[in-house]
Amino acid sequence: MRLNYPVHVRIIRVPCTGKVDILHILRAFEKGADGVYLVGCMEGSCHYEQGNFKARKRVEYAQRLLDQVGTGGERVRMYNLTSGEAPLFAQYAQEMSERILALGPNPAKLAGAARKAKAAGETAGRGVA
Amino acid sequence: MIVANGKPLEEIIAAVKDRQKILVAGCNECVTVCEVGGTKEVGILASALRLHFLNQGIKAEVGETTLQRQCDREYLVQARETVEPYDIVVSIACGVGCQFMAEEFSTQPVVPGVDTMFMGGALERGVWSERCQGCGTCLLAKTGGICPVSRCAKRVLNGPCGGSTKGKCEISKDVDCAWQLIIDRLKALGRLDDYETLMPIKDWSTDRAGGPRKRIKEEVAS
Repeated sequence: MRLNYPVHVRIIRVPCTGKVDILHILRAFEKGADGVYLVGCMEGSCHYEQGNFKARKRVEYAQRLLDQVGTGGERVRMYNLTSGEAPLFAQYAQEMSERILALGPNPAKLAGAARKAKAAGETAGRGVA
Repeated sequence: MIVANGKPLEEIIAAVKDRQKILVAGCNECVTVCEVGGTKEVGILASALRLHFLNQGIKAEVGETTLQRQCDREYLVQARETVEPYDIVVSIACGVGCQFMAEEFSTQPVVPGVDTMFMGGALERGVWSERCQGCGTCLLAKTGGICPVSRCAKRVLNGPCGGSTKGKCEISKDVDCAWQLIIDRLKALGRLDDYETLMPIKDWSTDRAGGPRKRIKEEVAS
């Protein structure tokens, strides 16, 4: 099919979305990811029965935590599709990409850059004096 | 096990916001089983705190450790090297562990990251129910193995009271009437005659009414 999807999506393959832990999601944001989304099988058709339901609960938990720490829960999402729905996969990638572009970068990166700029400004100021 | 519930993140953030080096300390016992204070939850809380500081542009170090038991000095002493470099400890063990931690590290602030709730067991994954209040004088032999102290809202010892309707307690339709459960159980055991025997007045001095309690096992105490 050779479908295109946004280049800034990085795919991490897991045997089942049930393998994805809340810590994987949180650490991704700690390391500077702007958004994380999980693409699992359709609900009710998990090979391991509960994997995608567990993943959805973890995504919801991550959303609550990210809202509380100021990152924003809307940066995490869960999608479901079947393995034969490649166009939908590309559509979801596009949708998530647009959502993140609208939200802007991970606030941690912005705050870090602002802190570094401030520190650099102070150092330069001392140099002039 | 001792069952606890995680404190709201805002409350924990408020307690640690002015510190640069924060240690999140979990416990491998009860709070691990009730999924609120084990290694996994230490990781989640530490990660959430790190994200908070990153988002604020504040440089802070959030460490993680999980002790075998926080309610045992033996393990706290071993953790000294890990704990001492930090400005503050967020203990997500039960209230006992948190207090032992504070007593052992007397010059460091120790704040709780969980609200300790009760002694109970798991009904299913993620659902825990109270079963014991540690009253110090166990009545279970007389009540068919169902505790009226912890499971009856009024701690009635010769129940049920007038608030029992269709096996449920008047405080909530989700709460079983302990005395209905006791009667059903005694019936199943063929011991319904025991129900007719009045329970004597309970000695509450072994409960909290007698003040903070201590147990000494002479055979092993030094």
